[in-house]
Amino acid sequence: MKKKNKTNDKAALNGILLRRPIQRCAPFFILPTFLAFCIGFIWPFLQGIYLSFCNFNTPADAQWVGVTNYVKAFSDAGFANAFRNTAAFAVVSIILINVVAFLIAYALTQKMRGANLFRTVFFMPNLIGGVVLGYIWSMIFDGVLKAYNTYLTADASYGFWGLVILVAWQQIGYMMIIYIAGLQAVPEDMLEAASIDGADKRQTLFRVIIPNVMPSVTICTFLTLTNSFKLFDQNLALTGGLPSIMENGSKINATELLALNIYSTYNINKSWHGAAQAKAVVFFLLVAVLAIAQQTATSRKEVQQ
Amino acid sequence: MKKQYSAGSTLLTAFFALLSVIWIIPVVEVLINSFKANSFVNLEPFALPNAESFVGLDNYIKGMTFGNYPFLQSVFYSLFITVMSVALILVCTPMAAWYIARVQSSFARIFYYLCLFSMIVPFQMVMFTLTFTADRLKLNTPYTIPFIYLGFGAGLAIFMFTGFIKGLPLEIEEAAAIDGCGPLRMFFTVVLPMLKPTLISVGILEIMWVWNDYLLPYLVLDRTKYMTIPIHVQYLKGSYGTVDLGATMAVIMLSIIPIIVVYIFCQKHIIKGVAAGAVKG
Repeated sequence: MKKKNKTNDKAALNGILLRRPIQRCAPFFILPTFLAFCIGFIWPFLQGIYLSFCNFNTPADAQWVGVTNYVKAFSDAGFANAFRNTAAFAVVSIILINVVAFLIAYALTQKMRGANLFRTVFFMPNLIGGVVLGYIWSMIFDGVLKAYNTYLTADASYGFWGLVILVAWQQIGYMMIIYIAGLQAVPEDMLEAASIDGADKRQTLFRVIIPNVMPSVTICTFLTLTNSFKLFDQNLALTGGLPSIMENGSKINATELLALNIYSTYNINKSWHGAAQAKAVVFFLLVAVLAIAQQTATSRKEVQQ
Repeated sequence: MKKQYSAGSTLLTAFFALLSVIWIIPVVEVLINSFKANSFVNLEPFALPNAESFVGLDNYIKGMTFGNYPFLQSVFYSLFITVMSVALILVCTPMAAWYIARVQSSFARIFYYLCLFSMIVPFQMVMFTLTFTADRLKLNTPYTIPFIYLGFGAGLAIFMFTGFIKGLPLEIEEAAAIDGCGPLRMFFTVVLPMLKPTLISVGILEIMWVWNDYLLPYLVLDRTKYMTIPIHVQYLKGSYGTVDLGATMAVIMLSIIPIIVVYIFCQKHIIKGVAAGAVKG
């Protein structure tokens, strides 16, 4: 750093004028946030990794047991079921939400009366919390299914598709906003050039507009992917994992997604605390790998455009 | 300027008008049921209230004390926690972000990457251990929980603020420094005003998160003493079947109305904030 300062006047000036005075005030500027970040994130994260290798009720009585918890987690039928549910849910909701949100955004950016009003309406569900949404929709689904003499938690497929509808209803508006921002950023001269060259609406859409909104596609698929993996509140409030069914001799909650499964595993009793934490570590690794893989895959596509 | 509308666009408008109506049915449904007596909510959930089932504001009155916990107390705690947490985040994280962007020491760089990292870590990874830590440090009350929100919400906020500050011209701050402005005054009178658009975006995203958050306060707070609105609603749902559905609908309606009122007045900012947050996120 010192050598750089000598050779570069600008950096030296910057160091004297800004860097050093700010650095001297470090306790004031960065300490509160850093302390909160350590307590609220770093310490629980590290302790979480440690405890996933322990039997524990509280951190004070933790006993090292090696990978036993991971073995227990992976041999749990409920965990495997929750993984299948989450994967299926993620695929269905990513496709459904992004396709519908893009179509709505595309229509709303055309010349249309009331476009602003419609945008306001579609975004509205995002402001309501997941627990409240789950409650509202469980009432609606039960009301509809009552006509067929059944109810929401009678069958796992009702709960699954109910959750898909709920989350689509909630998140389409959010993704629509991002797509609208992307569509409005498509350069006007490019659209003009396309129309001068005699491109029809379809060609313009597929050859000009969609390649230009690829950054929005990246963001939206990333958000829908991580949202569906992290989904908890809606799952808890809509079905709470019910119905419980028997599979190969063990009881599993048929509509549980991963996040809810981790939570309910912890609440079985204290002999499951370690396994629940081990599941949480696996879950974290899964989300991290997916997020990074998705980012590199789609941003590569963006560069090619 | 007058826009030209084609026949196709009129058709599209009609289609979207219909879709919008379908979109708000769930909320309308809650509103309708909040005026019906309990047994009728269960029996015919989609019927409009009639002379027989209409109970006026009875459900709203009942809902206030429903579930052995005063609803207004939950509203107070929700409001308090949201305002304090977001205020704390908006005061502390821009300072930290400025430090990171301008100092660029290895500590600042490591902290920045840890913040990015924290954004992809699901809450389930830290929820059990966070509860232990919060209990031990006595952060388990509505008055201290904002500190946890600052810690867990720092990632996104620092990421957005640092990105914005790196795009600001250095010359403004250098000029202020040459004129003898110290770092504290510089931050509050020069840097912070320039951050206004990002402050609004981050503020909106954090308000939406904290206000609706269920699991963190549920795990951290002492539930017999402190409830927030999402905890209250889930608590009522927990006793499904024996519960008074009409009164529950009234409680849900009461929890939605303030959000919709705020949304109607600030929708421009909210929608802009979400779009800005996403482009950077």
